[in-house]
Amino acid sequence: MLQIFVNANYDFVGKRRWFYLVSGGFMLLSIASIVFRGGLNYGIDFTGGTLVQVRYEKPASVEIVRRGLDEIKLGGAVIQQFGDAQEYLIRLHQVGEKPDALSKQIQDALAKTSGAKVEIRRLEFVGPQVGRDLQFQALYAVLAGMAGILIYVAFRFHFRDGVISVAAITHDIIVTLGALSVTNREISLPVLAALLTIVGYSINDTIVVFDRIRETRAKGIRKGQNWADLVNAAMNQTLSRTVLTSFTVFLSALVLLLFGGEVLHDFSFALLVGVVTGTYSSVAAASLVMDWEMWTRARSRTSGKLPARAEGKKS
Amino acid sequence: MTRRLWLRIGLVAFVAAISIFYLYPPKKTINLGLDLQGGIHLVLGVDIDKALQIQVDRTTERLRSALEAKGIAVRKVERRGNTEIEVQLASPATWAEALTLFQKEFPSFEAKETDQSAGRLVLAMRPQEIASQRESFVRQGLETIRNRVDQFGVAEPSIQQQGDNRILVQLPGVQDPERAKALIGKTALLEFKLVDDRVDPTQAAAGAPLPPGEELLYERRTDPETKQERRLPIVVQKKPMLTGADVADAEVRLDQGNQPYVSLTLTPAGGKVFAQVTTDNVGKLMAIVLDGNVYSAPRIQERIPSGQAQITGSFTLEQARDLKIVLKAGALPAPVQILEERSVGPSLGADSIRRGILSTAGAAIAVVVFMLVYYRLSGLIADVALALNLLILLAAMAGFHATLTLPGIAGVVLTIGMAVDTNILIFERIREELRSGKTVRAAIDSGFSRAFRTVIDTHVTVLVSAAILYQFGTGPVKGFAVTLAIGIFASLFTAVFFTRLIFDIMYMRGRKVESISI
Repeated sequence: MLQIFVNANYDFVGKRRWFYLVSGGFMLLSIASIVFRGGLNYGIDFTGGTLVQVRYEKPASVEIVRRGLDEIKLGGAVIQQFGDAQEYLIRLHQVGEKPDALSKQIQDALAKTSGAKVEIRRLEFVGPQVGRDLQFQALYAVLAGMAGILIYVAFRFHFRDGVISVAAITHDIIVTLGALSVTNREISLPVLAALLTIVGYSINDTIVVFDRIRETRAKGIRKGQNWADLVNAAMNQTLSRTVLTSFTVFLSALVLLLFGGEVLHDFSFALLVGVVTGTYSSVAAASLVMDWEMWTRARSRTSGKLPARAEGKKS
Repeated sequence: MTRRLWLRIGLVAFVAAISIFYLYPPKKTINLGLDLQGGIHLVLGVDIDKALQIQVDRTTERLRSALEAKGIAVRKVERRGNTEIEVQLASPATWAEALTLFQKEFPSFEAKETDQSAGRLVLAMRPQEIASQRESFVRQGLETIRNRVDQFGVAEPSIQQQGDNRILVQLPGVQDPERAKALIGKTALLEFKLVDDRVDPTQAAAGAPLPPGEELLYERRTDPETKQERRLPIVVQKKPMLTGADVADAEVRLDQGNQPYVSLTLTPAGGKVFAQVTTDNVGKLMAIVLDGNVYSAPRIQERIPSGQAQITGSFTLEQARDLKIVLKAGALPAPVQILEERSVGPSLGADSIRRGILSTAGAAIAVVVFMLVYYRLSGLIADVALALNLLILLAAMAGFHATLTLPGIAGVVLTIGMAVDTNILIFERIREELRSGKTVRAAIDSGFSRAFRTVIDTHVTVLVSAAILYQFGTGPVKGFAVTLAIGIFASLFTAVFFTRLIFDIMYMRGRKVESISI
């Protein structure tokens, strides 16, 4: 029988400061990268603008595309190779009215300067007004998602767990945004979908640990066992689950990244990062349970030992 | 086997059968999104302020004529802001008479800022009237666009109101987005206006003041030889004699020179007005104005009793055909602005479908093989459950007429990874129970029941995300939320109910079970 972490007995809680340090470090790096790049790099879905995906009949280069665009005074556009050397994305960030018959103009100009047939495969135009509305709504959506999870987890488990869940999600989102920023990817609508999926999914590993803590406590605590042992045991017992469940989703996201095509590339990348950080952060999140308990106990001047029976909340 | 067991087998068989029924044949039952089949997605904003202004401008002209007809002299009748008309009577003596006229003939306006001694007042559109106008502008716009799209001939278009003043138009399979956009976005306000040839249009264009109730328009003329475009100024009366609303039918015809023109048949009422106008104004010019541009301004040679009119100009056959469509479908009540446009060519769509199938197959193979290697026979059961999950997912999409988009396919791929999570949670729990020395049956029992709670909690958090995403998203992203949510729901049935059933059949009956392949 193939098994991993059968009798795992790692001292997660004892080394929790290292986990906090690494998590905090990644968050700081992420924020630094975002600040360094002048904020989040929103795509046209959020800023307004025009995106045109063109495909040449034979391989071209960014210079050839640029020359074609100069022809119609769009030389300031951002040009990006998209997949192979025949396909390019043209981004016009200028806000305002889209010129009429833009796709036809671009098609003709590109065909003229390259001597090859050019196909307009995709055109997206988002008016500045729609973009602004969306930026606000996106933030609202992510916050609403976290609020929903805070309420659910606090209701099903403990207020403490709800707060820690949201902290873990915030960590995952910030690190994912940081990874997007470091690799210079845009925040588009699909990327936002990935972020919201991370909000809901990355917390699953943490919930599995919370569930185990609750179950162990409900059974009653052995004498002399303290919170550190309890949390450590819960994490070790569920370690295989945490890793395996994340692994299957990681596999799916990896397949999407490799075979899903350019359109889904950033989406898959964000998910991949989110799944990994989500798994990692569950260790720190579970350790936080202990620190929370220590802290509240220290405040009420009681010892770190558990009371003999389970806490009042029935599960 | 017990009756209960048969009942559960029956339920699974029933769900599978229903799914196949909804899904067959898949080419027809699964709705592909615009990003997969190619097409154009437009969000149009109706310019309500402009529509109100047009409406109030018309009322202003009606007001002017009504006052004239009663012999009440005015110094000024003018629109102020979007919904108000400023009136300055020539003499305060006509105050009472004017007020009665306003109340009787313009009940949707109320008088305010009245100053009887100066003979001045403002007529303001009543708030409930403004509200009902707003609503009807959007509704009318929706209907007009639907008419146009119907006549343009698009299979399965979708035209819906979005929010307060936006219209969402989705046209799958449209090959020429520019033409479709021109057709949909054109206001197509047709007006017949009398030309005032006493005023010199060149001077008016240079800024000379116009007589009240008149305006300066331009006719675009392209020189057939040099292809140079010239703009000819023309001074016309603001008040139209006829509008597009008086047009009953429109047709494209060719003249002797094979030049296309649009022939209009007026409604009976419109025909009567047209006959009267042409009788009264023989020898004058009548400008045919579309969206503020003069198409032509022919001289009225004689009375036209037939109710037939024509629009000539230098258009191509395709332009004439599109003009016919917009005239037949009627004008938009207000100009619309394209707020968002997404068009995908058919080749990219086909590409996306291919990649979507590739990713789904790739993820399925990777996950299926992993489960088989790691959990052996139990892994096989989980794999069958996964297949059932995907079947239910696709069938539910067909049943709900949901649209499969590229992000939606991504949702399917993720579902593959998440659906087996449930089985992993259960199987790991069973292994743990076995390790603690329980018998196979007891381990299965407590494995399922203990893991179930965790499964529910992890499902709910993903569902919260999917629900918010659905609320928030547009088109493709909504598709992702839908597949994710259905996949998660289906996994409760397949990974918990179905897997448990198979375990019960295999291990829970008859003789004692010594071992389990997990």
